[in-house]
Amino acid sequence: MMKFKGKIWKFGDNIDTDAIIPARYLITSDPAFLAAHCMEDVDPEFLKKICPGDIIVAGENFGCGSSREHAPIAIKAAGISCVIAKSFARIFYRNSFNMGLAIFESRELWNIVSDGKEIEVDGEEGSISITDSDFVRFLRIHPIPSFMEELIKDGGLMRHLSKKKE
Amino acid sequence: MTITEKILCKHTDLEEVHPGMLINAKVDIALGNDITAPIAINEFRKAGGTRVFDRDKVVLVPDHFTPNKDIDSAQQCKVVREFAQEQGLTHYYEVGEAGIEHALLPEQGIVLPGDLVIGADSHTCTYGALGAFATGVGSTDLAAAMLTGEVWFRVPETIKIVLYGRMQKWVSGKDIILYIIGRIGVDGALYKAMEFIGEAVGHLGMADRLTIANMVIEAGAKNGIFIPDAITEAYVRERAKRSYTNFTSDSDALYADMIDIDVSTIEPQVAFPHIPSNVRGISQAGNVKIDQVLIGSCTNGRIEDLRVAAGILRGRKVAPYVRLIIMPATQEIYKMALREGLMEIFIDARGVISPPSCGACLGGHMGVLADGERAVSTTNRNFVGRMGHPGSEVYLASPAVAAASAVLGRVAGPGELPGIGG
Ligand code: SF4
Repeated sequence: MMKFKGKIWKFGDNIDTDAIIPARYLITSDPAFLAAHCMEDVDPEFLKKICPGDIIVAGENFGCGSSREHAPIAIKAAGISCVIAKSFARIFYRNSFNMGLAIFESRELWNIVSDGKEIEVDGEEGSISITDSDFVRFLRIHPIPSFMEELIKDGGLMRHLSKKKE
Repeated sequence: MTITEKILCKHTDLEEVHPGMLINAKVDIALGNDITAPIAINEFRKAGGTRVFDRDKVVLVPDHFTPNKDIDSAQQCKVVREFAQEQGLTHYYEVGEAGIEHALLPEQGIVLPGDLVIGADSHTCTYGALGAFATGVGSTDLAAAMLTGEVWFRVPETIKIVLYGRMQKWVSGKDIILYIIGRIGVDGALYKAMEFIGEAVGHLGMADRLTIANMVIEAGAKNGIFIPDAITEAYVRERAKRSYTNFTSDSDALYADMIDIDVSTIEPQVAFPHIPSNVRGISQAGNVKIDQVLIGSCTNGRIEDLRVAAGILRGRKVAPYVRLIIMPATQEIYKMALREGLMEIFIDARGVISPPSCGACLGGHMGVLADGERAVSTTNRNFVGRMGHPGSEVYLASPAVAAASAVLGRVAGPGELPGIGG
């Protein structure tokens, strides 16, 4: 269930919440509207390039800046299945799980893949596999603990809690 | 394990926790204010919430735009007040009995050593001074905690900060934390816990420790923490209305990093605009003319801070065309200052006294800056526009530096005042 497969799109260090979703679009928290402007100021072609399930791979301190919960909402609604960065800003990290967006830390991945490369992530096992013409390369990542996994499956913290209550 | 790891562990069913682990932990206190609680209350209801998990553990303090600044803020406060009433919350504090949340909770014994505290406000980290684990979260986290009493965490690594040496005259907790932020930067402790230990901690009273823990977020930290000692015990004993646990770090605990600081080498510090890490010693401040001085906030609005400021302002006057605003952090502090005659000193010096509120600290109301104006402030953030117009500037400093600056009309230390001496 916690498996993600898609092409990767690379970004650098310190991608802030304004880059993910510019403040001028914060007039609403409608996911479809936010998704339509995801990453717009960093890469205007981003939405045209990606397919549902694709993966963002970034450098250090992804999601720094404001504590807006709109940032993970925009990424998720754009169809991105997960984000793998060298490190995440603290509140973005929290907000992602709370909004139901899977994120993983890997220090190596960024250095060995390039745009458009297809990878497979297994969040339960804690592995990333990269297939080259003749061999498969595995990278280890921290697996997602089961309660966080439920959180993502249910589509975020509050939906998870209301489901649990039923 | 470190003290941070032990407190987190104690609030789970686990035997041990390690940095990097994701855990679900029980909270002792979940805090919200007039800005963040309305969103959380809405989420709580949307998730089908009817009763909070424990009416003694959800704390709501309207303090940011109180006394109600305008119609919008009045509406926000109303949402919070009605929710508190409906839920029968033990800890709801109306204007008149309250003050700034982070000064109020320790003072009233609501937060105690060993507690796990979350607050939908970034300066929730203040309570680490008591030997509690306390951290700021988003409104959704607060909603979830109100519903279930639990919140998830990634166990942080800890940076050990060893303070040693004797502090010079006029140097306070504020100068120590500004110096540290200047040294490690605004992301120097990202995700991490900052644990303050060393012989110099024994010379820091609770007020100084609260100021230091308050600003760890300005270095990106998840929490700051002091190991409870005799000073903590003396502060907590008379306030606690329930039992509490003092934790300590094991001698073989693992740290991500260690920073040694000889506090005797630190002079009073000032953070220049527009980032808290842009720190200089007061001797390097140059001639910066100012328009306003703010003494107060959750960082430095305690009685000890007001005493220091009054000591400098006694018998002196604020410089012409400079405004001095005194903002006691709670009603209790206000009363003590009145009894001790401090308020009279401030008024005689031509200062104005604000009710306990966040008010001017976040450019909310009661002391907003105009374009091009400069303020020396004992608060914790000096980002662009933090206290008003985007063209205004904020210089962060201790109450002693702020008071001296008010008298001299420029950024200056008390050592420059005739009759005081360094
Ligand atoms: S006094 Fe300032 S920093 Fe403290 S809680 Fe209020 S607004 Fe935040």
